[in-house]
Amino acid sequence: MIKVDHLAKRYANVYAVDDISFEVNQGEILGLLGPNGAGKTTTMRILTCYMPATSGTVTVEGYDVFRDSVQVRRQIGYLPENVPLYPEMRVKEYLSFRAKLKKVPYRERKKKIDESIEKCRIIDVQNQIIGTLSKGYRQRVGLADTLVHDPKILILDEPTIGLDPNQIRQVRQLIKELGEKHTILLSTHILPEVEMLCGRVIIINKGKIVAMDTPSNLAIQLRAGNNITLEIRGNGEKIKNAFSEVQGVKKVIWQGNGAINHYTLEAEKGVDVREDVFSSVVKNGGIIREMKQASITLEEIFHQITTQEQEVTL
Amino acid sequence: MTSVGTIFQREINSYFLSPIAYVVIAVFTIFSGYFFSIMLGITQETTLRYSFAYTQFILSILTPVITMRLLAEENKTGTIEPLMTAPITDFEVVFGKFLSAWALYNIMIAPTAFYIIFLAWVGSPDYGAIIASYIGLILMGGLFISIGLLVSAITKNQIVAAVIGIVALLILLVIGLASSGSEGWFYDGLRYIGTYDHWDTFTKGIVDTRDVVYYVSFTALLIFIVVRIVESRRWR
Repeated sequence: MIKVDHLAKRYANVYAVDDISFEVNQGEILGLLGPNGAGKTTTMRILTCYMPATSGTVTVEGYDVFRDSVQVRRQIGYLPENVPLYPEMRVKEYLSFRAKLKKVPYRERKKKIDESIEKCRIIDVQNQIIGTLSKGYRQRVGLADTLVHDPKILILDEPTIGLDPNQIRQVRQLIKELGEKHTILLSTHILPEVEMLCGRVIIINKGKIVAMDTPSNLAIQLRAGNNITLEIRGNGEKIKNAFSEVQGVKKVIWQGNGAINHYTLEAEKGVDVREDVFSSVVKNGGIIREMKQASITLEEIFHQITTQEQEVTL
Repeated sequence: MTSVGTIFQREINSYFLSPIAYVVIAVFTIFSGYFFSIMLGITQETTLRYSFAYTQFILSILTPVITMRLLAEENKTGTIEPLMTAPITDFEVVFGKFLSAWALYNIMIAPTAFYIIFLAWVGSPDYGAIIASYIGLILMGGLFISIGLLVSAITKNQIVAAVIGIVALLILLVIGLASSGSEGWFYDGLRYIGTYDHWDTFTKGIVDTRDVVYYVSFTALLIFIVVRIVESRRWR
């Protein structure tokens, strides 16, 4: 659907986007994840033909964003960051203006507008003035605008920024529903959002792609040290020493608390030490009350990837 | 080109949803009416020529108020982004906005038609001169609006756009007016660039091709520059 090839964008002497390539496939929800200023918005602006690239090519459905810009724009519904709208217009009036701009044929216009109003659940505010709407409703009006010409691709820049938790949940639910019919590229710096919505993630930092995979694969790839936490009834000291002898265990942290002891074991990468740990506890007369493998969340991966470089240089 | 109509319609609605349209129409009517009655009292002539000479001054102040928000507001609120990512060309956006401001300008000057009725009632005015004056007034409006649009395109602040627009229009008026008694190529040049001389010809009842060409070509050039400025975000 979208093919980005060695894309770069330079502002003065700084590369906001530095040689990135990726593809967005039909029907998927792809997340662009990165800290603020990583180049997410710039990438999206190039994809939506708002600004041209310094070098590299982007094709949308086979159309080049620079040469067939108007064709590309017809395929795309774009929700810019912070959802700029005309505050003096009424919701329905605005959508009708946008539908006309996007060349929705006269016969279908009313139907398309009503459909997008219904999908985004803004029926109860459709005759209100946009300036009087809450942020959550404005966001949904923006989404309704992206849908009004029934585009194949939706590009959403930080769709949940600035909303309260309830509104975030509603907007996410909405995006999930839209993902069934449209190909979606969304950007965010909120990690649970990506885990919840996206089939695939691209993590970008300082204009470069640092990782690209499914959220769960990323977690596996990056499981640098597998942590296991245990709660054991038994002789704390003795069991601790036994753990240090188990093959594959790199580090043992022991927090004694009388009869009940808590341990955190760090195992070597790719080694599953759980069974050996179990038998060594049993051998030393302990009783396992709890054993848990801590799964790495995207949050940690994100933190690792985006800070790794700095930590090396410091 | 249907997009031009869409933009035009939105801008016109927006003018009448905000106080701007009503304010400029009211202010213009008050001042032009004042000058009309004063000049009629002094000259005792059934003509619009003398009062229209002052009208240019009011228009220099009011037209930038009409145009100040056109692009400055879109730049400021960021609505330029969804606008420019819709399947529409930069020219269509600029031209639609230009036409909407021009339409408001024409609505603003429409109440002066009442003065003609009044003149016809008290005497017998020269209708040819009046028609020529209106052609000049409408053409001059196009030029003023394209100047205001240019200023609005280069700033994010409406007030700044209005002030720079007013200053630019007053300079354009003054360079022609101040050099009207002087001779030589320099003053001839200033008179040609300035709006005063061209406008004066129309109020005398003469529709000269040179003046029509001046207004139309100047306006077209400015619209072309505005389109380039709007495009410039692509290579800035």
